[in-house]
Amino acid sequence: MESLMIVLVGILVTVATYLILSRSVIRVIVGTAILSHAVHLLLLTVGGLKKGSVPLLGQAAAPFTDALPQALILTAIVISFAVTAFLLVLAYRMYLMNGTDDLEELGGSSDE
Amino acid sequence: MNNIIVLPLIVPIITATLLVFLNNNIKLQRIVSLITMIFVACISVVLLQLIQTEGILRLDFSGWMPPFGILFVADSFSVLLVLTASIVTAVCLIYAFSTIGERHEKMYFYPFVLFLIAGVNGSFLTGDIFNLFVCFEVMLLASYVLIALGGGKMQLRESIKYVLINVVASWMFLVALAYLYGTLKTLNMAHIAQRVAEAGQDPLLTVVSLTFLVVFGLKAGLLLFFWLPGSYSVPPTAVQALFAALLTKVGMYALFRTFMLMFPLQPEITHTIIGVMAGATIIAGCMGAFAGRDVRTIATYNVIISVGFILVALAVGTEDAMAGAVYYLVHDMLGKALLFLLIGTMILVTGEVVVKNMNGLIRIYPLFGWIFFIMMCALVGIPPLSGFIGKVLIGQGAIETESYVLLALAFGSSIIVMYSLLRIFLASFFGETSINEEDKMPIPRGAMASFIILAIFIIGLGVGAEGLAVYVNDAAYTLSNPSVYIDAILNTNK
Repeated sequence: MESLMIVLVGILVTVATYLILSRSVIRVIVGTAILSHAVHLLLLTVGGLKKGSVPLLGQAAAPFTDALPQALILTAIVISFAVTAFLLVLAYRMYLMNGTDDLEELGGSSDE
Repeated sequence: MNNIIVLPLIVPIITATLLVFLNNNIKLQRIVSLITMIFVACISVVLLQLIQTEGILRLDFSGWMPPFGILFVADSFSVLLVLTASIVTAVCLIYAFSTIGERHEKMYFYPFVLFLIAGVNGSFLTGDIFNLFVCFEVMLLASYVLIALGGGKMQLRESIKYVLINVVASWMFLVALAYLYGTLKTLNMAHIAQRVAEAGQDPLLTVVSLTFLVVFGLKAGLLLFFWLPGSYSVPPTAVQALFAALLTKVGMYALFRTFMLMFPLQPEITHTIIGVMAGATIIAGCMGAFAGRDVRTIATYNVIISVGFILVALAVGTEDAMAGAVYYLVHDMLGKALLFLLIGTMILVTGEVVVKNMNGLIRIYPLFGWIFFIMMCALVGIPPLSGFIGKVLIGQGAIETESYVLLALAFGSSIIVMYSLLRIFLASFFGETSINEEDKMPIPRGAMASFIILAIFIIGLGVGAEGLAVYVNDAAYTLSNPSVYIDAILNTNK
């Protein structure tokens, strides 16, 4: 199961890299969103996909599942959600002001 | 109880949240934000004294004993940086009062500065590496807003690049955390250090540590600084000064913690790579400062040079070099803030950015000119100003370990810093003035006050270096003896 997950992470990173390297800002932003999904899966996988019981006091049978990766992922999801939302608004404002969403044209030059 | 440790994080967050609701009352916003920063500075002085008497302090949130819960740790190194960051922020706020303009003030400028400082202080104080990631993100989100605030054409263009680069860097941070958790099954920094020491730093762990090097290198501007000159030159002056003083320093702090505390066992690999990167950063920064024609470019490349300089100390890694690095970090926060404030004011009063087009400023603004001179001497490292002692100690460390190439680069860079700033000083401050006495634009009193405060701190830090030595030596001792830190955290019987 773990190897399958790692392959999936690899595919997601490939897709995200392709999107990030494109010229349109929106594609780049979608790329970063996919990138964050990839790392969430990675966190889940390296934490170990155990089938233990619920990690609650009073629940008898050990071994317990490690609950920490899920807590980490939850935090990371919230953060990436906020950043993506901000990035989308920023990209829209930038498009209105600069009149283009082509990163090639947004390079800027040194004599401005 | 050590609840006082959390105050530098929680107080700015609470007041920032309150200020969001007091959006229309600008005067109140100014007063509250300034008082908050002064309060945090006082708290950190108290903390610093407490650490001298009681050793390293820690606060386990909701009573979870380490290594299980999230915790805050205050040692001399982190609290010195918290103190300096709070002072610099307070001064930048004073500068902002008279220059930033009502439009910014009504667009939640002060709350976001407070969120920024909360993230910075949190990063300095946390003892849990995932919590470090969270505090980084708090700081970065506030910085995203501050850099885009105002919404000019160039500003938005540069800010989208800044945000995208930092999003990718944060992603790398998460990847590094995932590998770290996969190999060591812990996120508490002291516990990581202990397990690395027990198990030995095998190649896998070294690779994990190098992933962290890339992440923090991006944030600190260590070699991977390509994003820095563009994004540091677009926001308003007060924000520029804050960024130059604080953001790269947080990355450097994280690098020191990673390679002095958590992964110190393979110095021939990690510290060599850091040394090469630091040397290359210095060279590239010097070239940029040489080539720059406008004052902003010169100032941003000076930031990059100092990043390289401080990380030479990390590459060297002796206790003397650590003491030098702590002194120099404190000095550099003050010095870079003053540099950016002065440069911004020069642009404000002349309306020019190119060095050649300004002239004779010292005739009209004598005090302003002399403060620029003091700042220049301090950044170059002329005694008795603040840069001197740090440079001497880092140089001493480099000689001890016989890293003569780094030594030459580090001290050679001082001459380039001198040259680049002296060029501004000679061209823009001396010579015939083109501005008439009548239609000169007065420098706002608040701005002048902020320069004077920073100049006093710079002189004070240089002259009073002996008084600060107790704290700095304690910080350097803890940095170069990780077991002190580990014992303070994991030895719960205390």
